[in-house]
Amino acid sequence: MSELIKFRIDGTECMAESGTYIVEAARQNGIYIPTLCNMPGVKPKGACRICTVRINGRMMTSCTTPVTQGMEIESNSETINELRKSIVELLFVSGNHFCPACEKSGNCELQALGYYYQMMVPRFPYDFPQKGVDASSPYLIKDQNRCIMCKRCIKAVRDDQGRPLFAFRNRGNHLEVVLDEELGKQMTPELAEAAMAACPVGSILVKEKGFAQPIGKRKFDNKPIGSDVAV
Amino acid sequence: MENIAKLIAWKFGNDRTRLMDMLIEIQETEGYISKANARELAGLLGTSQADIEQTISFYHFLSMKPRGRYSIYLNNSVVAEMFGRKAIRETFEKAAGISFGEVTPDGLIGLFDTACIGMSDQEPAAIINNKVFTRLTPFRAKEIIRYIREGRSLNELVHEGFGDGKNQDPRLRAMVSSNIRRKGMVLSDNYHYGKVLREKLPTMSPEAVIAEVKHSHLRGRGGAGFPTGFKWEFCRRAKGPKHFVVCNADEGEPGTFKDRVILTEKPELVFEGMVVAGYAIGSDQGILYLRYEYRYMKDYLEGVLQNMRNEGLLGRNICGIEGFDFDIRIQYGAGAYVCGEESALLESLEGKRGEPRDKPPFPVEKGYLELPTIINNVETFATVVRIIENGGEWFTQFGTEDSTGTKILSISGDCMFPGVYEVNWGFNVNDMLDMVGAYDVQAVQVGGPSGTLIGPDEFYRTLGYSDLSTGGSMIIFGKQRDLLREVVLNFMEFFIDESCGSCSTCRNMPQVMRNKLHKILDGKGVKKDLDDLREWGKLLLASRCGLGQTAGNPIISSLKNFPHLYERLLQRDKTFDEGFDLEASVKAANAYVGRKAVFHHHEH
Repeated sequence: MSELIKFRIDGTECMAESGTYIVEAARQNGIYIPTLCNMPGVKPKGACRICTVRINGRMMTSCTTPVTQGMEIESNSETINELRKSIVELLFVSGNHFCPACEKSGNCELQALGYYYQMMVPRFPYDFPQKGVDASSPYLIKDQNRCIMCKRCIKAVRDDQGRPLFAFRNRGNHLEVVLDEELGKQMTPELAEAAMAACPVGSILVKEKGFAQPIGKRKFDNKPIGSDVAV
Repeated sequence: MENIAKLIAWKFGNDRTRLMDMLIEIQETEGYISKANARELAGLLGTSQADIEQTISFYHFLSMKPRGRYSIYLNNSVVAEMFGRKAIRETFEKAAGISFGEVTPDGLIGLFDTACIGMSDQEPAAIINNKVFTRLTPFRAKEIIRYIREGRSLNELVHEGFGDGKNQDPRLRAMVSSNIRRKGMVLSDNYHYGKVLREKLPTMSPEAVIAEVKHSHLRGRGGAGFPTGFKWEFCRRAKGPKHFVVCNADEGEPGTFKDRVILTEKPELVFEGMVVAGYAIGSDQGILYLRYEYRYMKDYLEGVLQNMRNEGLLGRNICGIEGFDFDIRIQYGAGAYVCGEESALLESLEGKRGEPRDKPPFPVEKGYLELPTIINNVETFATVVRIIENGGEWFTQFGTEDSTGTKILSISGDCMFPGVYEVNWGFNVNDMLDMVGAYDVQAVQVGGPSGTLIGPDEFYRTLGYSDLSTGGSMIIFGKQRDLLREVVLNFMEFFIDESCGSCSTCRNMPQVMRNKLHKILDGKGVKKDLDDLREWGKLLLASRCGLGQTAGNPIISSLKNFPHLYERLLQRDKTFDEGFDLEASVKAANAYVGRKAVFHHHEH
């Protein structure tokens, strides 16, 4: 077991094993730092930037930065919260998110963060990009309109030979996450379920199944995101 | 015919980390990478086809559709535009009978745009099947298309002859000019090939080499300015079964071309610097990561490396130093600006999309293949050789206290003598403009699009890490230029095209800012739009890498230093924009029902 170290988040003294990523170390100390692209069990890749904190004047992602002895972390401050809120807004305007009709509504982490940061109208103009839907797999639908390019499915969903089912295509603002044509046809229903579970939004949906949980029983209906962490 | 993917994969040992080499070879042999070949590679490398395709689709020069037997890539950088790109583009389109982004129906000619190809001192320029054509005119564009149609070979398209200096080397034979206009210690003629390796290195311990580099206060010449000696020391101390020396020759910052000139005129100096570094950090393997735009140097650079092997400057027990083995291989990029960022470069070296890595860990601890790696700029390696030759103390007499030595500048734009100038750090912008013959200057872009746009009231400032830091790109804009339309917009489009897309901020924000700039240029801006741009631009600072963090700089820096250019375009009678144009919104509906809606405007 590695040594216990002390650090501070917004002035609050915290302790964790050295080498723990800040987001996890915060969680252990009852402090919630919002995440979207982070997922337990897979190597973090600070893609969504929601978990940005400030350390020594520098912006760092807390999902990829390990805590060190004496570290001073600024997280729940006006500047950082405003930054996170604007990232949530940016993700909303750069895709086509239609929460009221979405199968993942109530279970969606992006929507939950929208509520968490009390987003009203995004400050940025809507882009209304033209995006497609790939329904060629017999098991799932990949809707590009709702994808936030968090990379969770790319990293987490692999077949029994270790081959990734999802991958990026193109770059910059043409970036998409696509399902491998062949593997998408061969995948098991269990893997399809796992893919949908890996998606924080409504971009990966298992076919012939929707709105499985009634309103009121969904993940974030009664407990806002982060309420399981913060004491 | 045997499957080409199989042959090429075999050539690179079916090694997933050599995917870039495989894809480049297939692209060059077939003119594109077919779905069948992507599937074959996926099978051989034990991954999914989508995984192979995500690497292909990341790089500009790799394509899954045929690009034509003659693929013409016309540079669209700001300097190309300033010197007549529009006319060349139109001529190419008219002569070939297709638009850019298309291939002629017979598959002969493809026309494509491409970001800065490192020829800003001789624009407009294009790359045709890896051969660079500089100083294009509409006449030449028309002639080139005619010659291609007549069935001439690539070499037969050339009328220009060869450029100056080593461009005439039989292995290079390029029409490119080096345009060296001022020499300092790095570009000096007083360079004795092999002397440092043969005479100095055997007398020094690796620690002594590092100490000398530290004493010189040399800082990285790529732009970031990290102290080179410390980087080497950290890497030497890092534990790992193997260490790597990587030379970053991916100069993609628009307006920079000095690495092209150094590699053309002094490749031995660069390679010697890599050998010195290998000795210092305890590495036996060097890699030159060369941007694909410079593929025309392939035979020449391979030849230089082979000579060095023949002469015992590469290989085993170099210069009689028992146990010091070192060799260098060249790895090509395939068209991605972000790969100039060191950790993105490493990803690309490993055959992946060039997405920057999260730091820490830094490359000195976990670099290429997760092993300790130093990555330095071409110019840094070249400079190191002079430091080891003459001593760190000698080096500190050049430049300023915090920026020792010389800097090689790539100067282009509105001036009499564009080219490469090696100056001591501490040079000021006024002197630089006088040196290159630039008159009636409106602005200078220091450090390329990711740098700063400054006006005459800041021309007193000096080049150095504590004032105007630069990797060397200097673009001069005369009074006649429309800075917002010609320059800032071009730079924003560049960042939008070149973002890897990984961070939510850099993937989306440059586009939001560009759209707002369009709004202002269209005369629809209000004062709040300028405040928004200033505020929204800050979001980019939360991006992972330098590209993302600086992707808003064209707007942020011009808004700071040239606010009047924006303010004069604003609507005077409005401070707030409701963001909704009722008349425009019902236009389509009006047309459909065949009548005109009547609006009752409120009078202000």
